[in-house]
Amino acid sequence: MAANGYGPFWSALMSAIGFGGSMQYVAITLLVTAFDPLQAFLLAVMVNARHIFYGLSMLDKYKGLGKVRPFLIYVLSDETFSLVSTLDPSEGVERKDFYFWISLLDYSYWIIATALGGLLGRFLTFDTTGLDFALTALFVVLFLEQWKKENRPAGVIGLACAAVSLAVFGPDNMVIAAMVLILAVLLGGRKKLCT
Amino acid sequence: MYLTPLQTLIMILAVAAGTQLTRWLPFWMFPENREPPAWVLYLGRVLPAATMGLLVVYCLKGVSWTNPPHGAPELLAILTVVVLHRWKGNVLLSIAGGTALYMLLVQVIFA
Repeated sequence: MAANGYGPFWSALMSAIGFGGSMQYVAITLLVTAFDPLQAFLLAVMVNARHIFYGLSMLDKYKGLGKVRPFLIYVLSDETFSLVSTLDPSEGVERKDFYFWISLLDYSYWIIATALGGLLGRFLTFDTTGLDFALTALFVVLFLEQWKKENRPAGVIGLACAAVSLAVFGPDNMVIAAMVLILAVLLGGRKKLCT
Repeated sequence: MYLTPLQTLIMILAVAAGTQLTRWLPFWMFPENREPPAWVLYLGRVLPAATMGLLVVYCLKGVSWTNPPHGAPELLAILTVVVLHRWKGNVLLSIAGGTALYMLLVQVIFA
C-alpha cells in the first residue's frame, strides 16, 4: 500500500476492517483507479467466495460457542480455517478458547504485520523474494495433516479439480470454477466417499 | 493517492462488506439451532481436505510450467516440505525449511 502513496494508518485500517488476505492486494489496485464501491463489493465477494467453503466446514465446530461465535465468523480467514479444521484442542483445553485464541492471534498478527509493513517497508533491506512461499508451505503441511485423517479421496479431488480449473480457466478465474467442480464431484460421489 | 480519504474509506467498507458476506452466508443459511441437512454435514467433513488441495494449487497458479525453470523451485520446495513433515512432523520446521530452500532457489540458484 505504501508503494501507492497510502500511509501505515490506511494499511492497518484496511486490515482491521477488510481483513481478507489476498483481497487486500486486489483492493490496492481498486484504490488507485476510479471510485466504484459496487465493483469493489462484487469483486470482494468473488475473490473471497472460498470463505463459503470454510463456513460450511465450520458449521458443526462453531456450534454452541455463545458470545465468541460472531467474532469467530467475522475473522474466519484462510489461516484460521486451516488450523481449526485440521487441529484438535489438546486435552483440558476448552474448544471455545482454542478457536478464540487461534482466531484472535491470526487477526492481530495480520493487523500488526500490515501496519509494520507500512511503517518499515522502505527500511527493509534484505531480499525477501520468495518469502511468500511460506503460505504455500503452510497449505502443503495442512494438506498432509488432512491426509493423515483419512480424507484422502477428498484431498485428491480438491487437487485435481483445482488443477483442471486452472488449466481451463486460467489463473485469474480458477477459484469459482474449482469450487463448483469440487462441489459437483464431492456431492456426486457422496455414496462412495461417505464412510 | 487518487481518491479522497472519504472515498477511500467507502471503498474499504465496500470491500469489507463483500468479504463479510462470504463469511456469514453459510451460517445464515444453516442457523445453529437447527440441524443442517445430511448433505451439508457431509460437505463439512470432506471440504477441508478438498479445500486444502484447492489452496495448494491456488498458490501455484502463477507458476509458468512451459518456461524455464519449469516450476522447479516450487516443486523442489514442496518436496522438501513433504519430506521434512513426514520425517519430523513439526509444522514450523516444515514451513521454515521449505521456505528457506525456496528463497535460496529463486534468489541464487535459478536467479
